[in-house]
Amino acid sequence: MGYVAVKGGTEAIENACRQFALERMRGDSAPLGVDQVKDQLYLAVDRVMGEGGLYAPDLAALAFKQAAGDTFEASFMLRAFRATQPRHGYGLPATTEKMRIIRRISSAFKDIPGGQILGPTSDYTLRLLDFDLLADDAARRTVFKERIFSLLPERADIPESFPRVIDILRQEGLLDEVHRPEERQTPPDITRQSLTFPAPRTAGLQAMARGETGGMLLLAYSSMRGYGNIHPTLGELRVGYLPLVIPHPDNGEPYTVGEVKVTEAEVLARFEGQDGMPRFSLGYGICFGQNEIKAISMAVLDRCTRAPRPSCPAEDQEFVLYHTDGIEAMGFCNHWKLPHYVDFLSDLDRLRKAQEIARKEGESC
Amino acid sequence: MREWLDSDASLHKCGYPFGFLDDGAKKEVRRCLLKAIAIPGYQVPYGSREMPIARGWGTGGIQITLSLILPDDILKVIDQGCDGSVNAVNIKKFYQSVADVDITTDTTAATVIQTRHRIPEEPMTDEQILVLQVPYPEALREVEPSEMETRRMHAEADYGRMWLYLYEDIVACGEISISYRYPVTVNGRYIMDPSPIPRWDVPKLHMADTIFLFGAGREKRIYAIPPYTRVEPLEFDDHRFRVEDFDGKSCHRCGATDTFFDEIIDSADGGRKYCCSDSGYCDKRMAAWNR
Repeated sequence: MGYVAVKGGTEAIENACRQFALERMRGDSAPLGVDQVKDQLYLAVDRVMGEGGLYAPDLAALAFKQAAGDTFEASFMLRAFRATQPRHGYGLPATTEKMRIIRRISSAFKDIPGGQILGPTSDYTLRLLDFDLLADDAARRTVFKERIFSLLPERADIPESFPRVIDILRQEGLLDEVHRPEERQTPPDITRQSLTFPAPRTAGLQAMARGETGGMLLLAYSSMRGYGNIHPTLGELRVGYLPLVIPHPDNGEPYTVGEVKVTEAEVLARFEGQDGMPRFSLGYGICFGQNEIKAISMAVLDRCTRAPRPSCPAEDQEFVLYHTDGIEAMGFCNHWKLPHYVDFLSDLDRLRKAQEIARKEGESC
Repeated sequence: MREWLDSDASLHKCGYPFGFLDDGAKKEVRRCLLKAIAIPGYQVPYGSREMPIARGWGTGGIQITLSLILPDDILKVIDQGCDGSVNAVNIKKFYQSVADVDITTDTTAATVIQTRHRIPEEPMTDEQILVLQVPYPEALREVEPSEMETRRMHAEADYGRMWLYLYEDIVACGEISISYRYPVTVNGRYIMDPSPIPRWDVPKLHMADTIFLFGAGREKRIYAIPPYTRVEPLEFDDHRFRVEDFDGKSCHRCGATDTFFDEIIDSADGGRKYCCSDSGYCDKRMAAWNR
């Protein structure tokens, strides 16, 4: 897309940039350390990494600080940085069964093999302002931590892996398992090939994995609320650390280079298979960091966009994928601040002419 | 009552008023409840307040409960039939911090029961109130996404599309495939969403001794079924409404065969067992057994 070049006012532009930097330094508080952002505002960092499409907690924290807390700008910077990095290769397909889990719930069954693990979440806290936090300091934290750790059992058995709830339903033949041939092919890389429609599911999932949380929530919510026909049940939601395995550059053997924190969601919705047999079909969502709203929204949209006959925006794959990329959307929204003098003048000319014609016609009637 | 209201006791120690909501909000909710009771099954719009619990987590039911309870009430809160489920525990924690009321798990001992997705197994009396949390107050949403249009349809009792939906369902699936949130006609007039209770619970709404209050916080609607009101599930003469089939199954704890069950996966290979969804009732049967 072509941007109109901004002319003139170089000095004014530089001053505007400086003034933004100055705004961040307002007040007498100590400068915010990137480590503080990473540790204490980790959900913002997670969100920025997910939407930026780059797993780099330090860089995401820096971007968040630099953007003064604007997640759009911060993910934009991260994605721009990503574009400068060479592509060395692709990770091997991973399964989340071996994930190092910190949270794992199913709302489909009361009890599941491996158990429900609530983990770190604000879901069950009252959203009352905690005025005690106004006087947060090292001593308070030490007391809190000591109390928490003193309550821990000496040892706890953690299962090696957690079976997926979905697999249990699969064994019973309750899932729609018709795979399109394209799903067996090597996934396209949407950062190298632009989307074409209908896009393969693998491309759609990639696009949504770096989609903007709010935009995806909006569309998923529209479907849940009534503009669509998906009544999802959350089969399983997992948050944890997933090993990242690549083929070793020397011998091609699987080689673990580290782990990434991800949120994964699987939703179930009723569906009538091509053979007329009603089953559940699965919607899948995964994203970097702990961002449960995004993972669930993604899973809902994945399921919605596979509707055979789209009946609303959330079921239209093209609508969903083109409008949920926050970086493209914010860029284009902001571009309306660029000068449009020329286009507008041309518009004015046509409007004046049209008014003139309308007036003449009015007089002649 | 007046005395209690005027005393400091009505102001709770944490700095919030007794029952969290201010008196104006409580009065508004109670007036809407009166209107809802006067027009059974009609959705009354109200100015739903932001609660410190997220929208969609029972804030409609919470606002009704908080508008009604007094210090001598005994409260029971259940989620999917269970007193110990996360949402129920969370809501009770909130109630205990803003209103000093006694909490029970015994259906018969409670004066007010707030519930999500279940009606207790034990029959309730005319001395008790059941408050239901509602995610989708609009039963017609399935056939019409627009609120403006569904309100018109209700006003004119224009329910043809809903009946057509059921008919088409029978044509496509051989029977009505609605599982929970089964639409009902209240007092022969309004089609109403009974909240996502299973079909098992729907007959309990019909000509009951108890009053049922429904709160949808996110969608900002309140509705009600007064005692001794006709509540009829939508059905055809040749395709009747049916409840869930638990034939041959029994609770692995208390042995009950006549309650609604949770299905539990008890091993990685997919083995199943069943237990009462109404945990309070199940515990009570166990206790009687042990005596």
